[in-house]
Amino acid sequence: MNPYAEYAICLLLLIGGAFTLIGAIGLARLPDFFTRLHGPTKATTVGVGAIVISSVIYFSTLGQGIGIEEILITAFLIMTAPISANFLAKSAMHLKVKTTENTRGQPWDQ
Amino acid sequence: MMVTALYITIAMVTLAVLLNVYRLIKGPDAPDRVLALDTLYINAIALIILLGITLGTRMYLEAALLIAVMGFVGTVAMAKYLKRGSVIE
Repeated sequence: MNPYAEYAICLLLLIGGAFTLIGAIGLARLPDFFTRLHGPTKATTVGVGAIVISSVIYFSTLGQGIGIEEILITAFLIMTAPISANFLAKSAMHLKVKTTENTRGQPWDQ
Repeated sequence: MMVTALYITIAMVTLAVLLNVYRLIKGPDAPDRVLALDTLYINAIALIILLGITLGTRMYLEAALLIAVMGFVGTVAMAKYLKRGSVIE
């Protein structure tokens, strides 16, 4: 395999895994639901995106052509992550989920 | 070198899955659990792609695409149920 392609694959894999782990740590450690909403956004956009791009590079160096499925997965996840986050925030506002004192603004009071 | 990076990445994503399961079990409210499930299916997609790279086959990418579509539909349905009390009005 081309060594530069291998370096690129390693770098993208490590970046993707690190961002997925950062998103999960934020989901487990942050004190509030509305701050925890950041977690899936990081894991989706950079984490899965970098892993999928490394998969594209790997299978194109093997001579199997550039696949459309990886691009479809990335495009679909990037499109749908803000929509699901918006729905979850609206349902949490409807249920009046408890927030910490440091969270500024109470949107359901208006 | 690529095998080492692959194993490190699989370990990191597995640790992320364990943290999501912790939030899924502990989560004080229902939206926390739905959010943990949302993150869990995204991490499952990453694990499936890493499995495909490890085995050198592209057969699992369609399963990953299907999980992406169905996970989004499930998240939206559960959020709608929490907000309205019914999925389809």
